[in-house]
Amino acid sequence: MPLRLTILIAEDNPADRMLLSTIVSREGHRVLTAANGIEAVSLFRQERPQLVLMDALMPVMDGFEAARQIKALAGDELVPIIFLTSLAENEALARCLEAGGDDFVAKPYNRIILAAKIGAMDRLRRLQATVRQQRDLISRQHQQLLREQEVAKAIFDKVAHAGCLDAPNIRYRQSPLALFNGDLLLAAQTPTGRMFVLLGDFTGHGLPAAIGAMPLAETFYGMAAKGYSSSDLLREMNAKLKRILPVGVFCCATLLDLSFDKRTVDVWSGGLPDGYLLCANGTRVPLKSRHLPLGVLEPEAFVARFEPHTLAEGDRVLLLSDGVVESCNAQNELFGEARLLAVIDANREPLRLLEEIVEALLAFHGQAQDDLSLVEIDVDGQPGPMPIQASYVGAVQPSPLDWSGSLLLRGETLRDYNPLPALLHLLLQVVELRRHAGRVFAVLAELYANALEHGVLGLDSALKVDADGFARYYRLREQRLSALRDGWIEIDLRVEPEDHGGCLRIGVRDSGAGFDIARALAEQPATGKLSGRGLALVRELSDGCAADADGRGVSVEFRWRREA
Amino acid sequence: MSDAHLDSAVLATLRVVMEDEYPVLLDTFLKDSEERVRLLHQACAVSDAYLLRQTAHSFKGSCSNMGAPLLTELCRELEDSARREQLDGANELIGQIEREFAIVRILMRAERQRFGASG
Repeated sequence: MPLRLTILIAEDNPADRMLLSTIVSREGHRVLTAANGIEAVSLFRQERPQLVLMDALMPVMDGFEAARQIKALAGDELVPIIFLTSLAENEALARCLEAGGDDFVAKPYNRIILAAKIGAMDRLRRLQATVRQQRDLISRQHQQLLREQEVAKAIFDKVAHAGCLDAPNIRYRQSPLALFNGDLLLAAQTPTGRMFVLLGDFTGHGLPAAIGAMPLAETFYGMAAKGYSSSDLLREMNAKLKRILPVGVFCCATLLDLSFDKRTVDVWSGGLPDGYLLCANGTRVPLKSRHLPLGVLEPEAFVARFEPHTLAEGDRVLLLSDGVVESCNAQNELFGEARLLAVIDANREPLRLLEEIVEALLAFHGQAQDDLSLVEIDVDGQPGPMPIQASYVGAVQPSPLDWSGSLLLRGETLRDYNPLPALLHLLLQVVELRRHAGRVFAVLAELYANALEHGVLGLDSALKVDADGFARYYRLREQRLSALRDGWIEIDLRVEPEDHGGCLRIGVRDSGAGFDIARALAEQPATGKLSGRGLALVRELSDGCAADADGRGVSVEFRWRREA
Repeated sequence: MSDAHLDSAVLATLRVVMEDEYPVLLDTFLKDSEERVRLLHQACAVSDAYLLRQTAHSFKGSCSNMGAPLLTELCRELEDSARREQLDGANELIGQIEREFAIVRILMRAERQRFGASG
């Protein structure tokens, strides 16, 4: 039994109108009557009945025209119109439907059929009202979702703004809402002049996929700026994601650690499609995923082992998210690696590569993809050490300008601990040094690495004569480091005021056998040579540099003038 | 009473549906039908096929509702020929309709006497 409805009856014949309105009233509905189309339309306007019973042939305005006007007035609300007719011809019945009629009732009237049709139309009407309400609700919720995504994107852009994605040696393409497909692209320069680039892809879609990006970006930029090593950073990012993400949510990622001075890139990849080292000589080295994604393994089980690659002038590194190769078009075909490699092979102008990949994807799919991330890094044209971001340095206090300190690191500590971030933090307390932080830190890092690798671990830098030797060097380094028991490194820091400024002296000594540092220092850096760059860099960046007589230590000086 | 002129089963149903309003429905039908017959003559006189068709259509509808099968059938024939704009036999058909309506009116007035006090 339908609820009580208001029903408009438009019928020019008085006897039929009387009979019909009596039948409909007896069914419990409120009845409005009109004797022609014009009356019907004006009554509809005033009373907004929920259903209309309409005679087709009426004087003044016929039922077809009245039906059209009523449907137009009703807008997107369904007001069913049942035509009252004994019209025999199909053509006239078709006209009723074209005019917006929903059903027919033939004369003579039958109470049971009439009641059934009114009931059916009422159900249809209510179903449509429900659909409309839900459509409006979905539309409102979708609007809200878009607003929330905008807010989240704005917050994320603030967190990520410290990055150096705009550096001249980086090119990237990312769809505007890639973040909400879980894609994440971060790049930072470290105080030592290295560059970290992270391409990540969280599982899932929408806000849940984007939410993990915030803490990851903060960790990435914070640790990169503080001078942590890429393996420290990787371990921390994994531990943090493991701690905060629910089971089943993780982040496929590739982290690049690029050294422009030494022309090397260290690659860690967990779960992303192959990246590529595109060599200037035309060869293509795939950078394969060899690890589980970030946020899967417990910190104890996580291995931050990077794969070292040497670079030559003109080499490029290309990374991509799985939206590139694993997307299907309307015919359910995969874009696939083969198509990607064909585009890479066909590329003639390196600067146009990303554009060509995006064009190929567009041609394949027929529309823009919204989960697309591509990044390409040139090995040349690196912009040099970045000034330290003030936001990561801490509150401004009066500068300590006359002090000294010594740090002695032994055995096990050398194996696991990286003292550089803490030392950098300490040195940055001297406001006058902040402008020189990049070169101070680059030199400190180099001296420490030399003391550890050549001094304590006794590794021969001559090993690094070619790419194979380079890999062997890093294997040996790992073996000896894990077996390390004895040995020490001592770091002296001395800050003293001078007449028109001040001076920082850094001394680094180690327990190794000592080597001919003076000769290494005198050597000119040779282009394309993989070793021996370190000390030349130290000499270039510092204001004074001397080796201890026993070959087991180096001291350097940095001077600054007081600002007027 | 012959059911060919006025169907007693249809009238019985109308009595149930209309209750006290039954005599008013009969009166309304008779009054409107007299008007329809007059309109049919008028339309035929000026050869207005559309008015003829519309009037016959409306008349046919109420005759079917009121249980007058012969009258309904005659109206249908007239409506059909008016739709085809064949007005040759229209005058003859209208004459038949008028004679059949005279019978229906007599029967309906008798029904009216039997079931309605007012009038």
